[in-house]
Amino acid sequence: MRTRWLIPTVYIIFLMLPIYWLLNMSFKTTNEILGGLTLWPQTFTLENYITIFSDPTWYMGYVNSLIYVSLNTVISVAVALPAAYAFSRYRFLGDKHVFFWLLTNRMAPAAVFALPFFQLYSAVGLFDTHLAVALAHTLFNIPLAVWILEGFMSGVPKELDETAYIDGHSFWSFFIRIFMPTIAAGIGVAMFFCFMFSWVELLLAKTLTSVEAKPIAATMTRTASTSGYELGLLAAAGVLTIVPGAFVIYFVRNYIAKGFALGRV
Amino acid sequence: MRKTVNQKAWFFILPVLVLVAFNAILPLMTVVNYSVQETFGNNEFFWAGLIWFEQVISSPRFHDSLIRQLIFTFSILAIEIPLGVIIALAMPRKGMWVSVCLVLMALPLLIPWNVVGAMWNIFALPDIGLMGYTLNAIGFDFNFTRQIEDAWFTLLLMDVWHWTSLVVLLAYAGLVSIPDAYYQAARIDGASSWAIFRYIQLPKMKRVLTIAVLLRFMDSFNIYTEPFVLTGGGPGNSTTLLSIDLVKIALGQFDLGPAAAMSLIYFLIILLLSWVFYTLMMRNEE
Repeated sequence: MRTRWLIPTVYIIFLMLPIYWLLNMSFKTTNEILGGLTLWPQTFTLENYITIFSDPTWYMGYVNSLIYVSLNTVISVAVALPAAYAFSRYRFLGDKHVFFWLLTNRMAPAAVFALPFFQLYSAVGLFDTHLAVALAHTLFNIPLAVWILEGFMSGVPKELDETAYIDGHSFWSFFIRIFMPTIAAGIGVAMFFCFMFSWVELLLAKTLTSVEAKPIAATMTRTASTSGYELGLLAAAGVLTIVPGAFVIYFVRNYIAKGFALGRV
Repeated sequence: MRKTVNQKAWFFILPVLVLVAFNAILPLMTVVNYSVQETFGNNEFFWAGLIWFEQVISSPRFHDSLIRQLIFTFSILAIEIPLGVIIALAMPRKGMWVSVCLVLMALPLLIPWNVVGAMWNIFALPDIGLMGYTLNAIGFDFNFTRQIEDAWFTLLLMDVWHWTSLVVLLAYAGLVSIPDAYYQAARIDGASSWAIFRYIQLPKMKRVLTIAVLLRFMDSFNIYTEPFVLTGGGPGNSTTLLSIDLVKIALGQFDLGPAAAMSLIYFLIILLLSWVFYTLMMRNEE
């Protein structure tokens, strides 16, 4: 089939259209946006971006989001590593049940947990901290990280472990110096998915914060409701939320596709 | 892989268990607690038995949200899974275009969900949105904030836009893991491209497609932010899916009892359907 390339091309154009529209709108003035439909900015302005970069309530939103997302990624992968190792190498009482129970947390609707989370994190004094959001997001990211890492680890032959012990490595020395570099790709993929699901989630992040740790997404929804119709500003903020994701994808592009494929259900 | 029995492995999963238990069991107990009690404010609670469960199960409002949710979830599964497979099959296997395709396709997956909703809202507005304007210009009477069919069309299109790439990435990962020798053997046998798909590619993609169906099922059943930002559940209640309805009851009206009972029923439905999917798709796997 010579026309095969048409399918992905059309699909990618379809994906890019709304993004183009957002980008287009972010460079327009409010007057032009409300004045009618224009395919590209007639009066090109950077005003919307300047507002975001000069107003702390805006740019701190990005900083807050990046802090809790990084925190979450580190926590999730750090605790998932030994657990995934245990699942991939050993049999123990209730291993299959625990694995499935972990996955059921991936199915939990955030809406179900919003209110109890608010009460729980208020009770332990973590409300409105980056740590609260980072911990709350581990609910669905730890199961995912364990799942992905377990898949990658099962692909590493057990002889590697045994040879290392014979060579006189202690468990942790083997795990950190030999095993982790071996599954570096898997760790990268797990971190990518943790980053992704924490970065895009809003409901829990919004419920658990008010001022100090308010994520950019919450700043956006509040702006949308309070200051009326500043679509240009909103569009610029939206464009800027795509940037970190785009960077991350670029760095892990060769591993994304493998990420889930190697995981076992 | 052969695994050795080692009960000490429990220590390895201890940190995970502690964190997930803190996040899952404590809140879930709170929900269970609310679901069987009645409150009149002042933090006073009274035992209410199962009346909230009975109330939710027999409420037409819950039935309507559940039906809308099921229609939504099965529609997007019916569109995204075949579409994702078709795109993955048509993708190049080697060369620089692979990276370009993967990066561009993965982009929607990393956009915060409220931005996805806002983006589609702007895109579909009949007066200043590219899609809404174009549809009206070529003769459709399109207005997603007023007409139910248009709201649903936009909602489904948004989800297809947002998540088909996940299916593509997974299916593609399954496809590239097929050794070339399989295709060579098929060519020698003179197999048609349908036969190659049916007997080589599809079986090899089965595992990743199971993951794709499960993930898409769970996530679409839990969907909240995108439709909330896009349509706010409207017009009327026509796009009020389960999560939107639940948040309205729990955080809007603060009806803790019914909200908690609904949460538990909701969660059980997801668990049950996920299990059914999983067993059905794995049944033929020996």
